[in-house]
Amino acid sequence: MSAVSKSPWVLHYDASSCNGCDIEVLAALTPLYDVERFGIINTGNPKHADVFLITGSVNELQVPIIRQLYEQMLEPKVVVACGICACTGGVFKECYNTLGGVDVAIPVDVYAPGCAVRPETIIDAVVAGLGVLEEKSALLKKGELVSPEMPPLPSAADKMVQGERVSDTWKNNIAAAGEAPLASVAATSSTEEQ
Amino acid sequence: MTLLSFGIALVAFTVLGPVVGCLLTGIDRIISARMQGRVGPPLLQPYYDVVKLLAKEKRSLNGVQGYYLVIALLMAIVSGALFFAGGNLLLVVFLIGLSTLLFIVAAYSTRSPYAEIGAQREIIQVLAYEPMIILMSVFFFYATGSFNTSAVFELSLPLIVLIPLIFAGFLFVITIKLRKSPFDLSFSHHGHQELVKGITTEMSGGNLAIVEITHWYENVLFLGYAGLFFVWGGPLTLIVAVVVALAVYFLEIVIDNTYARVKWQPMLRWSWIVTLVCTLASMAIFTVLTVLSV
Ligand code: SF4
Repeated sequence: MSAVSKSPWVLHYDASSCNGCDIEVLAALTPLYDVERFGIINTGNPKHADVFLITGSVNELQVPIIRQLYEQMLEPKVVVACGICACTGGVFKECYNTLGGVDVAIPVDVYAPGCAVRPETIIDAVVAGLGVLEEKSALLKKGELVSPEMPPLPSAADKMVQGERVSDTWKNNIAAAGEAPLASVAATSSTEEQ
Repeated sequence: MTLLSFGIALVAFTVLGPVVGCLLTGIDRIISARMQGRVGPPLLQPYYDVVKLLAKEKRSLNGVQGYYLVIALLMAIVSGALFFAGGNLLLVVFLIGLSTLLFIVAAYSTRSPYAEIGAQREIIQVLAYEPMIILMSVFFFYATGSFNTSAVFELSLPLIVLIPLIFAGFLFVITIKLRKSPFDLSFSHHGHQELVKGITTEMSGGNLAIVEITHWYENVLFLGYAGLFFVWGGPLTLIVAVVVALAVYFLEIVIDNTYARVKWQPMLRWSWIVTLVCTLASMAIFTVLTVLSV
């Protein structure tokens, strides 16, 4: 084991989590579980972090944020999806405003299932991620590390990245679904009353 | 101090400084963990952290930042070597001040709002501790008749007996210099975040490793200041100095773990009040003693 896997500093991002998994991530960082035994430190700074913990499912607004955080982290880095929501979308998977798990935004290295994910599972997942860190750092030393392919941007998020306003996206979505915009809906209902 | 003794001290401090500093930080983290009811990281954890940071991808918002940090590191090394070679204390204080200044400039060079807030806080910290440190050198001169740290060996009584209040004032501001809570405003070593990561927000990978190594050198130097008060007569008293320096470090760890961070206003206010009281009282004592002996 080289030093790379002896000091994984983590960054925690809360996507559309119900906060169950967030509490568990924080629980894992308390003295009870004492993750500093493995050199794990919680940093608030993506530029210092090696391990990216994400909880909760991902919606359109979060895709650019998650990507930015991911890109600000220096190689070698590892992404851990904490909780079943972060893995696949979980109970929110079919919701109109949910895109799915973290892997719709960035490549995920370790999936830690559970609802809510147990602190032990999180620690196990980070330790599993150390293997990936080792591999990546070996490749980085040889200069052969290629950044993994990003998942294709979902259409609405795509538009946001290109600078379109959120409300425009929303209006377009409604229009595309063949429904009348809200203003005219209101107008119709008032006519009906008459 | 001859050029030769400075050369020897430079080599010795360059090699031994980070070893001692790293071990001290490792011990600090283990003791802190035990105080919080945890097992804590391995002793060499700070070393692993630095090696990991050095192995990371190189990326910086402003290429010049790395240069500033390297020069800050060199300043810290030269200043420490000068101190342990028995050189001019005032020069030591100014060189280490320059090192801190370059650290601040390095943070400003990225123009990141978070790093700038950290840098501003660092400036306030410098304002808080620097008067005491400079006045400490002045009183060192009063007591020994020389600015050279080697002058302590010619004393018949240790400085702690001659200028005890200055030591008290120094003890107060060293908490700021060692970046310990309650005065860890610009950045802290604990696993928590404040305004992202204070002054080090934009320092990543190798640059952060340099910051960490500079910090090791600085810690050894500042504990050297503490030991300076307990050396007199022969070199054998150096043992007392080392024991006292370690005791001071332990005291700082206790303070670190028992106090919550204060805002910058109380920090500035209290460090200046302590500085004023300690130096004015020492000056009064000096005057009385001179009058009595006449
Ligand atoms: S996995 Fe369960 S606890 Fe975690 S965010 Fe989803 S619903 Fe909440």
